[in-house]
Amino acid sequence: MLTLKCPYCGIQADETELSPGGEAHLTRHGPGSSDGDFHDYLFARQNRRGVHFERWRHAFGCGKWFLAARDTQTLQVFGTYPAQVLEPPQHIRDAINQSQN
Amino acid sequence: MSTRLATGGRLIDRTTPRHFTFNGKRLTGYAGDTLASALLANDQMLVGRSFKYHRPRGIVASGAEEPNALVGLGRGDRFEPNQRATTTEVFDGLEATSQNHWPSLNFDIGAINARFASFLPAGFYYKTFTWPRSFWKHLYEPIIRKSAGLGRAPDPEARDPDSYEHFHAHVDVLIIGGGIAGMETAKRIGETGVRVLLIEQDVDWGGRAPVDGGEIGDQPPEDYIGGLLASLNAMDNVSLRTRCMGAGVYDHGYALAYERLTDHTPAAKGPRHRLWRIRAAQIITATGALERPLAFAGNDLPGVMLASALRDYVVNWGVSPGDRTVIVTNNDDAYRSALILRRAGLAVPAIVDARVLPQDSPLMAEARALGIRILQGHAIDHVIGQKRVTGVALCAHAGAGGAVIDEIACDAVAMSGGWSPVVHLWSHCGGKLCWDETRAMFRPDHNRPPTGDKGQAFVTTTGAANGMFTLQEVLDDAVATAAQITKTPPMTSAAPQAQAQEEAPLAPVWMMPQGAGVHHRAKAWLDFQNDVKVSDVQLAAREGFESVEHAKRYTTLGMATDQGKLSNINGLAILSGALGADIPDVGTTTFRPPYTPISMGAIAGPGRGDTFQPIRRTPIHDWLAANGAEWEPVGQWRRPYCLKRPGETTHDAVTREVTNTRKNVGLLDASTLGKLIVKGPDAGRFLDMLYTNMMSTLKPGRCRYGLMCNENGFLMDDGVVARLDADTYLCHTTSGGADHIHAHMEDWLQCEWWDWQVYVANVTEQYGQIAVVGPNARKLLEAVGGLDVSRETLPFMGWVEGALGGIPVRIFRISFSGELSFEIPVKAGYARHLWDHLLSACRDFGVMPYGTEALHVMRAEKGFIMIGDETDGTVIPQDLGMDWAISKKKTDYLGKRAQARPDMARPDRWKLVGLETCDGAVLPDGAYAVAEGRNANGQRKVFGRVTSTYYSPTLGRGIAMGLVQNGPDRLGEVIHFAKSDGVTTIEARIVDPVFYDKDGEKQNV
Repeated sequence: MLTLKCPYCGIQADETELSPGGEAHLTRHGPGSSDGDFHDYLFARQNRRGVHFERWRHAFGCGKWFLAARDTQTLQVFGTYPAQVLEPPQHIRDAINQSQN
Repeated sequence: MSTRLATGGRLIDRTTPRHFTFNGKRLTGYAGDTLASALLANDQMLVGRSFKYHRPRGIVASGAEEPNALVGLGRGDRFEPNQRATTTEVFDGLEATSQNHWPSLNFDIGAINARFASFLPAGFYYKTFTWPRSFWKHLYEPIIRKSAGLGRAPDPEARDPDSYEHFHAHVDVLIIGGGIAGMETAKRIGETGVRVLLIEQDVDWGGRAPVDGGEIGDQPPEDYIGGLLASLNAMDNVSLRTRCMGAGVYDHGYALAYERLTDHTPAAKGPRHRLWRIRAAQIITATGALERPLAFAGNDLPGVMLASALRDYVVNWGVSPGDRTVIVTNNDDAYRSALILRRAGLAVPAIVDARVLPQDSPLMAEARALGIRILQGHAIDHVIGQKRVTGVALCAHAGAGGAVIDEIACDAVAMSGGWSPVVHLWSHCGGKLCWDETRAMFRPDHNRPPTGDKGQAFVTTTGAANGMFTLQEVLDDAVATAAQITKTPPMTSAAPQAQAQEEAPLAPVWMMPQGAGVHHRAKAWLDFQNDVKVSDVQLAAREGFESVEHAKRYTTLGMATDQGKLSNINGLAILSGALGADIPDVGTTTFRPPYTPISMGAIAGPGRGDTFQPIRRTPIHDWLAANGAEWEPVGQWRRPYCLKRPGETTHDAVTREVTNTRKNVGLLDASTLGKLIVKGPDAGRFLDMLYTNMMSTLKPGRCRYGLMCNENGFLMDDGVVARLDADTYLCHTTSGGADHIHAHMEDWLQCEWWDWQVYVANVTEQYGQIAVVGPNARKLLEAVGGLDVSRETLPFMGWVEGALGGIPVRIFRISFSGELSFEIPVKAGYARHLWDHLLSACRDFGVMPYGTEALHVMRAEKGFIMIGDETDGTVIPQDLGMDWAISKKKTDYLGKRAQARPDMARPDRWKLVGLETCDGAVLPDGAYAVAEGRNANGQRKVFGRVTSTYYSPTLGRGIAMGLVQNGPDRLGEVIHFAKSDGVTTIEARIVDPVFYDKDGEKQNV
């Protein structure tokens, strides 16, 4: 059972407090998009063995959505960060790079 | 025979007898006995029958790894199958029954299977019962089901009378295993002041050391353990628990432990089992090692035991499993059993050692000095005996067997194939293993540990679990582990000096004799519990089941309650031999929690019965309960299906409620309706994205029905939206949908449109809601008084605010029944007051509450859809003929793009229609419209299904709604629906889904 730190309320939360929301940093494709783009947006997920960016909601806590960078194999968490970004912030990318070196 | 010795038994109290029964026979043991030791003391060698061949089986082990001695314990509501006799403490009144036999343990008809063993090889069922196909369902399956399974499941009507609980613990260090290694580590870590939890699955501390002997410092192990325990008890930061098994290790330092509190004293108060849910910064597994059996012909006969278990019975419980015991081994450790037996005055006619050593090791020399005959390079050719051992036939280990050199009469055989560290808990969360060639075992690979959230190793392992077997190795390892965890240089106090005899290396023996022929291999058991022999694993390899995971499932090696604690390593060694591969290349099967089975009660904990799930109650719940409510669950709410009067059937009550509502006025407790306030400058824009229709154009004071789809285009919720002011909307969701829709809104607001200024608040429980429905509804509100609810002031789909009978309310003029209808939200604290007020305002109008079934019938009569009935997560609004609720003007809304995908735009989708049976009967719910012919899977072709079906009191006949291929184009056509027997059909005509008041005149008055 994972623990993730909610970046809003600062709580190191047990997985039972959280609800998962799948892969993070998807780009929404709406009306006018091609069938291929829309299909990928709806269904194509990386499902990576390794570093994965994912959405979590502190459902039984403050209610906020946040994002986490986690290695799905080693379970190492490189950090959590607010959901209002289009890509992982620099300090998260640094933490990932550091662990890979 | 097996018997109680006159002296000895460090764990038993001979002054306190314990009376128990086995298969109804009264037997006596002592306090401190396990059921296994007490059975052996009573010469009960035969304790069960094997799973497949029903062969007689006896006790093999002395602990959690026991594969054979599984019994049913207790009776009635307290009956439990498959309990290990070796870990069951004897108490007065214990009732045990053996398993897997008919008609009796001694004479078993199923044992005839053993005669046909050669016809029942691995994969027998897969191969045999495929032909002819029709035989499976009617002949093979019933017979196999009858004979399958280990033990008997408790009566499904039984209700466990015991209580269980969960404990949450947060510690710095969790140490699993209370042997020398675990205790020494705990003491040294505890001394630094961090919080330590040390758990031990057995009743007693110290593990194997008191039996195996040696000296620590100048003390015998038992005294040293006593000292350790005293120092641990003296530390406030250290918690100790016995009868507490480390069951599983999970992500980020989470662990489960299973504490058996009152199994040994059933009359005691308090919970029976406790599940510990532990979060530990560090976990240390000091789980010891398990001895491996040797695979020789007849190694499953009662009387053949693990060498270590045999000496456990002598030392711990003063029980000798046999008067004359032959030891068979590939290592020095088994010599300890010989020495202990001999010193207890028992005969050891021979030690059969597969090895040929250049010179005697110290243990060997000691045995020889006691006059024990040692036969090096020898093997057991086969065991002699029917229901128990009467002797062994010996041969050269190097041969193929069959050339018997000697026969030795004996009544017990102690076997040892070496030791395997208990690596289960290390492996649960990803710890990897490496193969130790010298000791022929898998041990934890410290370079590949389970990793925690910072990438750190959060599990470490020490002592025998780490492959350290001698006393000195164990103590040194404990000291090193403690130093590593506390990040201090190795302690000023080094490990105490231990004295134990040096051991000669073992020789790996996976099969005995080395080149055992086919006849021998088919009698040499690997997995006692599942009846898997050497020949079965070899057959699996020949047939292509080369992966260890495949071979396991094909042969059932390592399955069931013991999960192969004794058999796995031997099995995979045989597999690798058959494949010509190295053991580490074949690898192990996956170790999964729990380590040994834990009770369902412990998993459920206190969460059962009334505490299984909280029940949400509306403010009017108590009134409904007192007035005949027949409850049905709606999410976590309870809603009244109908409100029965004395003498009424459910059908009568529903009919009365519908009729009265249509004729007079009905009251519905609609408090469960979801109520979400959506507020902010961008609220209209936001709702335009969430609903398929336009909400931003809604005027304050007005309501609009809306549909909500997910990004896949499928309809997920519906409800009426009211605009409260320029910035504020109140969105009604389906009952039970509020939390889910609230989360959906938050998701899009927080993660996609985070710059939009909108707040959402779920106020579902802040308000009660009462629907006043029927031709007399307006008159009733006027009688209560205080608000103008005339057609002019409050038109259909409008709302007003004010005080009704002095109670502050809002009134929505909306209808889910087709009648004149007002829905009145009121602060929860006032809801019951308003309800009582409405009921008593005026008797002349025929006020009568109604339940959810009347609500459903009336909405179906009007052709209104219900989320969850007409929708199932694959239905788009267009399927329901609701194109009118989809904005053509909006460039975007959730689901719009998906609804343009080719499959969604397909012309022949199943679409909503009304259905009328030709004879007026009620269609079965969920029935399929069937066509001639069959599809590619041999199933009947279908082209539609019933989604809602009711008896309509208003129309006096059955009505239904359904989804039918091209349905709206087929009005008037008669189609056939299959009944539940799948054969007979019922005819129904496709009609318009609105059965009642098509023009909507009644709701518009």
